[in-house]
Amino acid sequence: MLPNVALVEMLRAENVTKHYGPVVALDGVSVDVKRAECVVLIGESGSGKTTLLRCFNRLVDPDGGRVLIEGVEALQLDPIALRRRIGYVPQDGGLLPHWRVRRNVELVPWLRQVKNAEELAARAMDLVGLEPELFGHRWPRELSGGQRQRVAVARALAASPDLILLDEPFGALDAITRADLQTTFHRIRRELGITAVLVTHDLHEAFLLGTRIVVMRQGRIEQVAPPDELRKAPATDYVRQLLERARVTAA
Amino acid sequence: MMNLLLGLGLGCAPAQAPLPQARPIIVASKPFGESYLLAEMFSQLLEARGFQVDRRLGLGATEIAFQALRTNRIDAYPEYTGTGLLAILGERPSPDPREVYRQVAREFRQRFGARWLPPLGFQNTYAIAVRQETARRFGLATLSDLARVSRSLRAGLTPDFIGRPDGLPGLEKAYGVSFRSVRALLPAVKYQALAAGEVDVIDGYSTDGFIARYDLVILQDDRHFFPPYEAAALVGANFARDLPAGVAALTELSGLLTEAEMRRLNRRIEVDGVPVARVAAAELLSLGLTVAGPDRPEAAKDLSPGGVFGYLWDQRQTILKLTLRHLLLVSISLAGAIALALPLGLALEERSHGVAESVIRGVGLLQTLPSIALLAFMIPLLGIGIVPALVALFLYSLYPILRNTYTGVRDAAPDAVGAAWALGMTRAQVLRYVRLPLAAPVIMAGIRTAAVINVGTATLAAFIGAGGLGDPIAAGLALSDTRMILSGALPAALLALLVDTGLGLCERVVTPGR
Repeated sequence: MLPNVALVEMLRAENVTKHYGPVVALDGVSVDVKRAECVVLIGESGSGKTTLLRCFNRLVDPDGGRVLIEGVEALQLDPIALRRRIGYVPQDGGLLPHWRVRRNVELVPWLRQVKNAEELAARAMDLVGLEPELFGHRWPRELSGGQRQRVAVARALAASPDLILLDEPFGALDAITRADLQTTFHRIRRELGITAVLVTHDLHEAFLLGTRIVVMRQGRIEQVAPPDELRKAPATDYVRQLLERARVTAA
Repeated sequence: MMNLLLGLGLGCAPAQAPLPQARPIIVASKPFGESYLLAEMFSQLLEARGFQVDRRLGLGATEIAFQALRTNRIDAYPEYTGTGLLAILGERPSPDPREVYRQVAREFRQRFGARWLPPLGFQNTYAIAVRQETARRFGLATLSDLARVSRSLRAGLTPDFIGRPDGLPGLEKAYGVSFRSVRALLPAVKYQALAAGEVDVIDGYSTDGFIARYDLVILQDDRHFFPPYEAAALVGANFARDLPAGVAALTELSGLLTEAEMRRLNRRIEVDGVPVARVAAAELLSLGLTVAGPDRPEAAKDLSPGGVFGYLWDQRQTILKLTLRHLLLVSISLAGAIALALPLGLALEERSHGVAESVIRGVGLLQTLPSIALLAFMIPLLGIGIVPALVALFLYSLYPILRNTYTGVRDAAPDAVGAAWALGMTRAQVLRYVRLPLAAPVIMAGIRTAAVINVGTATLAAFIGAGGLGDPIAAGLALSDTRMILSGALPAALLALLVDTGLGLCERVVTPGR
């Protein structure tokens, strides 16, 4: 029986391992991401959360286990084509400093040789609350940190991907700007029904944005649960400590 | 192999009938005043006998001039028998001038097919000179006297002399001299340095015009350490074979010049600043080898009056030509270096750090080769003139461009590169649209560095006859003519500024979004 695209998971990691020399980044990780979910990977530095994220657009290929994207093994997919249909937001924005904002946002449609790249870019900028006429001709260096990050989100959305990967996208922003952006992202994601995997070390962000939270530690998964369940029933001491430290306790 | 080839060449010689001159005779000199003068006399004599002459005056030094002669890139230049024996053949000299001449004449003919024409009549041997006051204070008359007090004396010697076996090393062995300090000084500055008391002892040549000018004492070579240095025309195998009449014309000078006469002529050039061509013409005339006539206007040209700027103005045509030549050398070699170093830097960026560093350091080693050594090394392969100069300048330009390209592309905005990669750019697109544009200022800095160094290094091209602004610098240094030096050095400095500014404009064009 052929897999029914509507029923298979958007993403699936099966017993994935990854080593960097003697360092174990992923030590047998399995997780599913369903359509229109926002799965948050949380953990300390070195927990493997970013490595796992990067397995989903083949920036990293695992040493063992499998990664499936819409039911197809990732290794069978052309990495360049795969990345062009997945949005990506890095922590520092990663805007090309020598391109104006509009060209940055047009990047993926342009790579995919879509005809209406400009229109798509303008729509994406509207989505994140940046007026194209006002910001399109600016250089990245002329923007505030929050504006830059909005451009990065717009760039990830411009080609209307089903899936978007975010690597600590709001981590470097001040608290107020971060809250603004989190709200914006949350709204867009729900409106468009986009599947997202988001890496963070901020438990508040995880609870705000995540439909499910994956707690990682030393390359392993401690617990996978929706926010409420995690709050009520931490599965391990580590998760409990994490909650206590963040003062996110069951109300 | 070389001997075999030359032997074959000589074997053909009798079969060659005298032909109408198919090419000019290339006359060269080494970069010091007397060599210029003798070469100019050779040239004017040949011209007076109806030959066409191409002058390549001021070739680097013994190695470069002789390599050029051996490979028939030049036809004749003035050389000294002692130099031929020691520096070229590497053999021990006899104190007898006749014996030395016989030896070099025989060996050069057998080994290189080159011919020593009969000596010109004077010796120009090394002369160790001190100030009158030094000689009086220490009671110095001979080199043995010098050896006694050498520990308290500072020597300023030409680099040539410091290195060669018949120079300082031999002197140390023969007399046991050991100076308190030895500084390498170019001929152009050593007399001034001695006169100013910066050094106490210098090496000169017995026919130097400056010895009289500064009233120096030449210490007697009481153990006959210095070999005889008889001046003679050294002519190449092809010239001797193809144009025996030209060789015969040159022998007309043999035996006509004396040491006193040479000192007088050298003084006219080095001290009085009379142009070489005029001194040579006057001497040929007084020797009865030429007749007076209006056929050589350049020989009659008067000294330009006024200071440096008057001189520069007078020379503007020449300077413009030399500057264009210089620019040609710089731009071709730089373009070649960019064409190689830029892609290589990009390619290395994809290799491991270790591989890339080894390659770049290897290229960096080229930078440490002394330019004269590199030029001399290339003569057997590439001859003299513009080609070896271009190759040398090309090699010297590689490192800054390669290093900056590699570093610039490797370190260009890693977060932007990472994002471009994560959003689906191919490797080629990342390079074309992200890394190269972002590395452009660093790469351009490398190119500008290379260009400015190149303009400076290109002045050395004069030493292998490639022309350019080094010509007046080399000649001016040899003839102690400051104005002549400046007529090359000032335009070279301006050219460096200009090239850097021009490339700065290019940088603004190729650097996006700034």
